[in-house]
Amino acid sequence: MSRLSVAKTYKLYIGGAFVRSESGRVYEVTTKKGAFAANAAKASRKDARDAVVAARTATAKWAALTPYNRGQVLYRVAELLEGRRAQFVQEIVGGEGVSVAAANAQVDAAVDLWVWYAGWCDKYLQVAGTANPVAGPYFNLSVPEPTGVVAVIAPQGAADSLLGLVSTVAPAIVSGNAVVVIASESAPLPAVSLTEILATSDLPGGVVNVLSGSAAEMAPWLVAHADVNAVDLTGADELDWAGLEAEAAGTLKRVVRPTGRTLAPPALSRITALTETKTVWHTKALI
Amino acid sequence: MTSQIPVKAQNAPTDRAAEVLGGPVSDTSLRRYLEGIPGVDAVGLEARAASLGTRSIKTTSKARALDTIISLIDLTTLEGADTPGKVRSLVAKALTPDAADPTCPRVAAVCVYGDMVASAVDALGASHGLDTAPGGINVAAVATAFPSGRASRSVKLADTAEAVAAGADEIDMVIDRGAFLSGRYGEVFDEIVAVKEACRRPDGRYAHLKVILETGELNTYDNVRRASWLSILAGGDFIKTSTGKVAPAATLPVTLSMLEVVRDWYRLTGERIGVKPAGGIRTSKDAIKYLVTVAETTGVEWLQPHLFRFGASSLLNDVLLQRQKLSTGHYSAPDYVTID
Amino acid sequence: MTLTTPSALDFLDYAPAPESRGILSLREEYGLFIDGEYVEGHGTPFATISPSTGEHLAMMAAGNAEDVDRAVAAARRAYTTVWSRMPGAERAKYLFRIARLVQERSRELAVAESLDNGKPIKETRDFDVPTVAAWFFYYAGWADKLEHAGLGPDPRGLGVAAQIIPWNFPLMMLAWKIAPALAAGNTVVIKPASTTPLTALLFADILQQADLPAGVVNILSGPGSMGSAMVEHPDVDKVAFTGSTEIGRGIARAISGSRKKLTLELGGKGANIVFDDAPIDAAIEGIVSGIFFNQGQVCCAGSRLLVQESIHDEVVERLKQRLTTLRVGDPLDKNTDVGAINSASQLKTITDLADAGEAEGAVKWSAPCVLPDRGFWYAPTIFTGVSTSHRIAREEIFGPVLSVLTFRTPAEAIAKANNTPYGLSAGIWSDKGSRVLAVVDRLRAGVVWANTFNKFDPASPFGGYKESGYGREGGLPGIQSYLTTGPTDAVTAAKGSTK
Repeated sequence: MSRLSVAKTYKLYIGGAFVRSESGRVYEVTTKKGAFAANAAKASRKDARDAVVAARTATAKWAALTPYNRGQVLYRVAELLEGRRAQFVQEIVGGEGVSVAAANAQVDAAVDLWVWYAGWCDKYLQVAGTANPVAGPYFNLSVPEPTGVVAVIAPQGAADSLLGLVSTVAPAIVSGNAVVVIASESAPLPAVSLTEILATSDLPGGVVNVLSGSAAEMAPWLVAHADVNAVDLTGADELDWAGLEAEAAGTLKRVVRPTGRTLAPPALSRITALTETKTVWHTKALI
Repeated sequence: MTSQIPVKAQNAPTDRAAEVLGGPVSDTSLRRYLEGIPGVDAVGLEARAASLGTRSIKTTSKARALDTIISLIDLTTLEGADTPGKVRSLVAKALTPDAADPTCPRVAAVCVYGDMVASAVDALGASHGLDTAPGGINVAAVATAFPSGRASRSVKLADTAEAVAAGADEIDMVIDRGAFLSGRYGEVFDEIVAVKEACRRPDGRYAHLKVILETGELNTYDNVRRASWLSILAGGDFIKTSTGKVAPAATLPVTLSMLEVVRDWYRLTGERIGVKPAGGIRTSKDAIKYLVTVAETTGVEWLQPHLFRFGASSLLNDVLLQRQKLSTGHYSAPDYVTID
Repeated sequence: MTLTTPSALDFLDYAPAPESRGILSLREEYGLFIDGEYVEGHGTPFATISPSTGEHLAMMAAGNAEDVDRAVAAARRAYTTVWSRMPGAERAKYLFRIARLVQERSRELAVAESLDNGKPIKETRDFDVPTVAAWFFYYAGWADKLEHAGLGPDPRGLGVAAQIIPWNFPLMMLAWKIAPALAAGNTVVIKPASTTPLTALLFADILQQADLPAGVVNILSGPGSMGSAMVEHPDVDKVAFTGSTEIGRGIARAISGSRKKLTLELGGKGANIVFDDAPIDAAIEGIVSGIFFNQGQVCCAGSRLLVQESIHDEVVERLKQRLTTLRVGDPLDKNTDVGAINSASQLKTITDLADAGEAEGAVKWSAPCVLPDRGFWYAPTIFTGVSTSHRIAREEIFGPVLSVLTFRTPAEAIAKANNTPYGLSAGIWSDKGSRVLAVVDRLRAGVVWANTFNKFDPASPFGGYKESGYGREGGLPGIQSYLTTGPTDAVTAAKGSTK
């Protein structure tokens, strides 16, 4: 008689804690072939609200770390992901119906993407900042800073279920932002499993908050939330993203529009789109 | 500043300084006080001065300004080659700046080396004394081993006393910049107090003491500000920018920073201290900028000879040319003013 | 002590020193500038007046949606056939030429701006117009160096830019918008504010003198509804707006769901923080220029003065004394420091908010000055005893009204400075470098001036956090806002940079 395996309860990840939805709701996640895979928590608007509060608290601490330190934390995520690849391969194969090789390749890409963005932490500022030669006796420097709390709609659908999320979350936190991300509704398991890695990676709780459930239900609350500074609509193609963008205008949030792709290609602009440029003037005189 | 320290005119400078410092005068207490004064932002100061320099003074205001400038001039000759003859000539010019225009005001004083004081007094005759004679003119003498100040204390005091004895109404002393820059504030203070005492005449009245900071050697505006406070604390009646022998001499920002100190001292004590920019002010246009700066910093009541002076020689003739232009309506030429 | 001159004591009553208006000859009417020519608009022409006297200056043509169509079509044509094909080095030379023409005609432009806006000639002559020339000069040099703009080897313009500018710095805002747009290879349809259209249409004359190809810049005077038509026009690729946060919100909504790019420079409630070790005289000057420059009608004005409690009384006393030397009056007088409020409606906004300040219990003090009996005027005013909850501490007054608040520690100063939905500017006054830098780090504002205030330069990026807008004008980010790397532009909308 074969041993009965122990199934995982997939929870939300808010403020560094694994929690069930306050609404008590779950929804059934199936494999590509339609078999039952797990019950995922179905986050509510109140969960989204709690996640924004956690993110707001976390961003100050995260942004105050040295860029070197943030880079090490992101690299640590890559290390842990590499070490636990089997779990992700299994979830990707199940959820996306792809081959083991393809799933492995996706995990490889996700690990490499964390490493790539880890290296940007102490460099993006040098590339995106400027020393400004003004016509007067002033020191003048422009530096990008994190915008604050970013709501992310990760690519939805079954493809790139791990990589799509990583490709939006990793660049958002490079500069010191904290994110509230809505994982792929149909294939959320790799995203939820990633939270177990984030929780053990020295990433302060609340820097990444992961919500599973209905993007259509939660997104309007997030884009309208006055304590959210920016919204990344990368995964919102199938939603009323024009409506979401219009709603975001209420407090003039920064908006990254959908691309129609299953992942966001690695780019410095992913980082800088979620930063603010601060220009500092100071008088300069010998006497 | 909200709290006012009442002036006790009878107080010796040292007592009054102790009152301001909140304790006995020493290097340490002076350092603590002077270095606790808010700093000067050079860029802000220069920008403010430049902005004051853009005031546009026209027509009737300009006419008043030109006459005011003349009445505030210390007409100066400080050359190794000075002779009694040269000083007599200077005095004649001071008394009659524009021979063609009897309405032209006289300058405030002539400024000479100590050994020329007697010649100046003699040449002025009945017109000696700004406060005493109608249309009178003062005699100012530079002293204390001017311009370097590098001599013993006794030599400096003798230099001062002799000039006063010869009839000088005003003494322009130099501070010991070496002592100041090396932080020996007490020494600078004591020397000013001693020179002030040397300004005392037999009748108990004092020759007015102008304290020259030589701002060109102090190098920073913070130093100028501290030296200004120090000089006022020690009993100077005037603070003066420069000897005219060191570049840069008077500049508008430096003068502005000194006027700010004078304004703050007035707020603190109710006492008005004079300011004298000297050296480098050659044109009416420049001088008008100083008037504007005085008017908008300390107020117009400072535009009087006992509170503001220009130390200058060639400035007078430029003012006279401008004055002639205003009255005749056409531009004048150097041949229509006398060379000294 | 007798004065030999009669009246040195009234020296401060400078005789009038009016700038000559002879240098400016206005036409009776100005048309819209479309496709290289002045043309009539389809709306009802309106008068532009001098806010300092109410004097009629000229009649201005008013455009409507039909004119917007014409202008966008002209801009598109110019973009496709001329401007996007022209080598960058040639575009650069046009911009340099414009910069020179602005310099040559600077006095004329300054007089016109002071007349139409009400701001002092001292500012238009020494700041606005020189800054206009500098802006064109700076961006001219970018036109043939776009491959160095940080966006990869082959960036290009976006297409047609719709630009809407405010009335507080009419010509300067025009330059901030047009210069980077043209350098990056875009063509432009720009709308000046309805109370200050004059210098924009004079500028059209400069474009003709520069022989700029027809349609590259189109200038439309007219009502606000025309702005909506520009924003919503389907053939517009980029929208740039400077003005109120309310209208900015509407524009962000209007372009949602499109592929238009947007930069917004909106309102502010800048905190000017004075620590107890501030270089006090410079700080007083900075406070004055922070709130009374351009009659306080500046989005980045230092309208909230945060003073360390220990020096509050001294700062307020010094400030009041300084304000008594401000000269309020004829904008064309070279000695005027504070000119007229731009319009009757703006004057009402200022008056209403100041009244609210008094009603809420703050203490009002106005500089003793005689205000002219015609035109729109408001005396420089300080409110003390202001709390963070007062409307005058939260809402943008956009006038010569300063609200004074206090703090006890740097942490409190930072918290109060950041306690606003705006995030455009801030000032810090302190002699302690380490503290200045640490406070700078924690202020949520796009421009922080340390021991100075209200400085601008074409090389220096300008723009806000939070509800003060997004995107930057000036410097490298200023050119990036008008460039793209290709049709599959990944990151868009809110941010200027794309790759």
